Amino acid sequence: MFKWFGKVNFVPYTKVSDFAGYLKDGHLMGSRCKVCGSESFPPRADCSQCLSGNFEYTEYSGRAKLVSYTQIHAAPTGFEDVAPYTIGVVDLEENGRLLAWFGDTISDTEIRIGMELQVVPRIFEELQEIRVYYSLEKPGTTWSVAESGP
Amino acid sequence: MTRVGIIGIGHGQFGRRSDATVQELAFEAYREALQDGLVDPKDIDGSVIGSVPEYHKQRSLPGVVQEYLNLNPRPTWLTEVACASGSAAIRTGWMAIRSGAHRLMAVIGCQKMTELTTPEILALMGRVGEVQWESIFGTTFPAYYALFAKSHMHEYGTTREQLLQVAVKNHYYGSKNPNALFQKEITLEKALASEPVSDPFQVYDCCANADGAACVILASEDVAKKSSKPVVWLDGMGCATSSMSVLRRPDLLGLPSAVKASQDAYEMAGVRAEDIKVAEVHDCFTIAEIMAYEDLGFCRKGKGGQFIEDKQSYIGGLIPVNVDGGLKSKGHPIGATGVSMTVEIVKQLREEAGERQVANAGIGLTHNVGGIGQYCFVQVLKRD
Ligand SMILES: [Zn+2]
Repeated sequence: MFKWFGKVNFVPYTKVSDFAGYLKDGHLMGSRCKVCGSESFPPRADCSQCLSGNFEYTEYSGRAKLVSYTQIHAAPTGFEDVAPYTIGVVDLEENGRLLAWFGDTISDTEIRIGMELQVVPRIFEELQEIRVYYSLEKPGTTWSVAESGP
Repeated sequence: MTRVGIIGIGHGQFGRRSDATVQELAFEAYREALQDGLVDPKDIDGSVIGSVPEYHKQRSLPGVVQEYLNLNPRPTWLTEVACASGSAAIRTGWMAIRSGAHRLMAVIGCQKMTELTTPEILALMGRVGEVQWESIFGTTFPAYYALFAKSHMHEYGTTREQLLQVAVKNHYYGSKNPNALFQKEITLEKALASEPVSDPFQVYDCCANADGAACVILASEDVAKKSSKPVVWLDGMGCATSSMSVLRRPDLLGLPSAVKASQDAYEMAGVRAEDIKVAEVHDCFTIAEIMAYEDLGFCRKGKGGQFIEDKQSYIGGLIPVNVDGGLKSKGHPIGATGVSMTVEIVKQLREEAGERQVANAGIGLTHNVGGIGQYCFVQVLKRD
């Protein structure tokens, strides 16, 4: 159910659509090619190295390091109500990168390039429909999604 | 294979053009290019249109432009690679002539943007990032370049003031360009006091959305040699790509596509970076011009901030850059921008640039970036 992923979702259908279901249950998943073992985050169904379409999900720890960040004041359609918001790009401990919002555990003045962060799966609780995402938090932040359960 | 020469140039007024349709804007630039090169429109054997269709209500833009230019039944087609669509159009025209299929082509970059609201444009442009994994967090085009700016400042000590000195320079030269959207100088103090957009960027770090068109007439060598105007040759044509996703780049300090495209263009033209006498680079944001100095080899990696601080990109410096005002002050009608860059270099190489003329400008360069470097086109142009 990839349409669950994001405040505004632009691509509801993908071969890695189970990613959003895993995220809802508190798991951050990348992909691993079953033929050559090549790993990717964000996950991809088709291997860029050996071209195989045979992949499995592999869980990532969410431990990450900040590469860069910016606070967005001028927001695009669909995001005006949450502006200003701060996004960061992080290197994941295992491999790959992701882009996400900073969560409540980190104030804007604390943000430094190179800082350690924890990627935490989240559900938009204020929305009726299921909407999942992840946020960048202080290391050690608990995964509230997993704790509260379905 | 034939050399390809530019024998006519045309450039319309950039800005909020609520007086004209996109094909009317295209016509202005086309007419000026024909008149400039004393080209008989009957001899044009096809056109290429550079534009980004999402901004227009009209579907399939080349058709309506071709009809308005009275070029039926000759062929036309569209090139689209975001903000580099104009240079992609020039490249396909160059390819068509090199292949022998065409001999004389009109290449037109044209775009109407201001019929959309700013949030709509922010949303459209933000989706030049990867929509599956990035746009869901409300990324914008300024935000992507802001990520590069933050990274560059952290890694190399590039300062807020150095970034805005790019804007001060480009507005200074824009004040001398009658086709520019903004023809007023700005001060560093004024720029530092402008509204925040995406940290560290404020309004004056960002180019403005605009409407506009530009045109070049490309000719095969035998046709060009009969031209009444001095011919400027497309002698180095580089073009390269980088990952769509910012998550799959090696770093956020430069654009790998720009490095590759410029190396290829220099090699094809048989020149080195230090041979370039005047350049037009893609300054959609202040950091983009600083990274361009580095990616193109005008200075060492990490020294771009110092390059502008030392005024090396002003006329009189090592390599004058964007002395027509750049995207920053001309405005950025995305499909027209690449062609506008080429038009300016042709003017410089013909010594027709008036008070912004660079002395002895025999070799010029354009650097047109699509998105956040997903695409980059570099041209090295020479005068006989
Ligand atoms: Zn594989």
